[in-house]
Amino acid sequence: MQPEPHASYAAAFAPALLDPVSEVPGIVTGPRGKSAIKCYNVYRNNVTVSLIDALAAIYPAVQRLTGADFFRAMARFHVRETPPTSPLLFDYGRDFPDFIARYEHARSLPWLADVARIERAWLDAYHAADAEPLPPSALATFAPDRLASLVFTVHPATRVVRSQFAAVTIFAANRAGGTAGRIDGSVPEDALITRPDADVVVQLLPPGGAVFLACLMSGCMFAEAAAAALEDTPGFDLATNIAGLFEAGAFTSLTPGDA
Amino acid sequence: MDAAIKPRTSAAIPLRFSFSPGGVAGTSFKPGHFAKILDEGPQRGFFEVHAENYMGAGGPPHRMLERLRRDHPLSLHGVCMSIGGPAPLDRAHLARFRGLVARYQPALVSEHLAWSTHETSFFNDLLPLPYTRATLARVCDHIDEVQEAIRRPILLENPSTYVAFRNSTMCETDFIRNVAERTGCGLLLDVNNVFVSAANHGYSALQYLADFPLERVGEIHLAGHTEQGDDEGTLLIDSHDGPVADAVWKLFEIVIARRGPVPTLIEWDSNIPDWPVLKAEAAAAQVILDHHIRGMRHAA
Repeated sequence: MQPEPHASYAAAFAPALLDPVSEVPGIVTGPRGKSAIKCYNVYRNNVTVSLIDALAAIYPAVQRLTGADFFRAMARFHVRETPPTSPLLFDYGRDFPDFIARYEHARSLPWLADVARIERAWLDAYHAADAEPLPPSALATFAPDRLASLVFTVHPATRVVRSQFAAVTIFAANRAGGTAGRIDGSVPEDALITRPDADVVVQLLPPGGAVFLACLMSGCMFAEAAAAALEDTPGFDLATNIAGLFEAGAFTSLTPGDA
Repeated sequence: MDAAIKPRTSAAIPLRFSFSPGGVAGTSFKPGHFAKILDEGPQRGFFEVHAENYMGAGGPPHRMLERLRRDHPLSLHGVCMSIGGPAPLDRAHLARFRGLVARYQPALVSEHLAWSTHETSFFNDLLPLPYTRATLARVCDHIDEVQEAIRRPILLENPSTYVAFRNSTMCETDFIRNVAERTGCGLLLDVNNVFVSAANHGYSALQYLADFPLERVGEIHLAGHTEQGDDEGTLLIDSHDGPVADAVWKLFEIVIARRGPVPTLIEWDSNIPDWPVLKAEAAAAQVILDHHIRGMRHAA
């Protein structure tokens, strides 16, 4: 590779873009040799505002919950601390839920980070690879004595988000103009995110469902996953859970694990 | 996510409209307009998409694009290749871009004379570069690499800029002309960018167009801009958030009169209007293009 004597222009131009107190780089000028401050600030503004807009597009329910001014101030901190590392903006903001969790001004909204995690999972499900979901009838093709050892392949869009709060209800009430009465935020809820056809679907997992699906996703056999769910939730209802997961298009194939 | 994007030639897409759409006006494709566009059925015109928005593995974006591509020519417009940056091109990004070209077989493929990534940070803006012999060589290397990867020439777009570099040794039109001659690439002339840059730097847009190698132009962009002013003066911002300004329409007519009709895109990326408004803007461009297509027939 040839040496880069001219590499300095990007190195000189870039650092002040996300740092409002840094000096404007000396390598640029305004029109007819005039000061470059206002002109350079156009780039600063473009970069910061477009990245805040990107977070607002990924996290609309979070923005609705906090209000736009609060959201944009919070997002500005995050954008400056953690700019994107990929040119694909739909991959941006993976660290934002954790940032929200430790953001001092959001402490009165303890469920906010989990709502953000659901929104992030929603976008990942939206862009996930295409695959035909397995119909519920697929289970019936196996003899009853083979069911226990089945291993499930989950659809590329399938995600689980667990919360100590009512994150699924709060998410649903604040996406796409949803409304709700008073929500008891302290009820723990787990979200199932799938894409059975064109649209991403977010729904509440029944008790034990998150442990059950997490086990299946990690490659456990059907019986192992059911046992783990029962241990976690003594009232775990296997029939309801498995029917709901098939209905949601969570799987793409079944393989006998002891074959 | 990278590994999921494999160049695949989807047999589902019949290769209609793999030719250049000629003197036809098109619009940016916005997913919010998808249902309306389908309702109207196939129509004259093409759609342009930002390549990066279709670099996910699957899902609704690809469904929409496949459906759109079935009946319309497509223009694939890359925004993030950092062709104008000093760093080597991002190979993974180039592979994704190549995959989209192979899958959708767009009639037009373009990128920007700008950069947007430095070290590990992506700035999501089209950042400027100095025009020197060294940057010229580097930009040409990058374009060679892109064209080799996708096995066809690209159209390189002139930027809108707000600052100038003290160490530039040539003007933008000389730089662009040299790039086109050395790499064989075509050019995407953004007339609004010319107007915005000329106003911001205090030069003549007409002179810029007189110096621009119009014979290499394979596509034109038109867009709206905004004014940002205070008592010390006015800056024009390339905001793509409104209708094309009257002065830009005027410049467009001048370019078409000299160059002849070329595919012309109305770009509208924020404060996106309802589909009929965007469509009407493209229809206005089509009137100008058609006028000159007729003019050429008469002359023949």
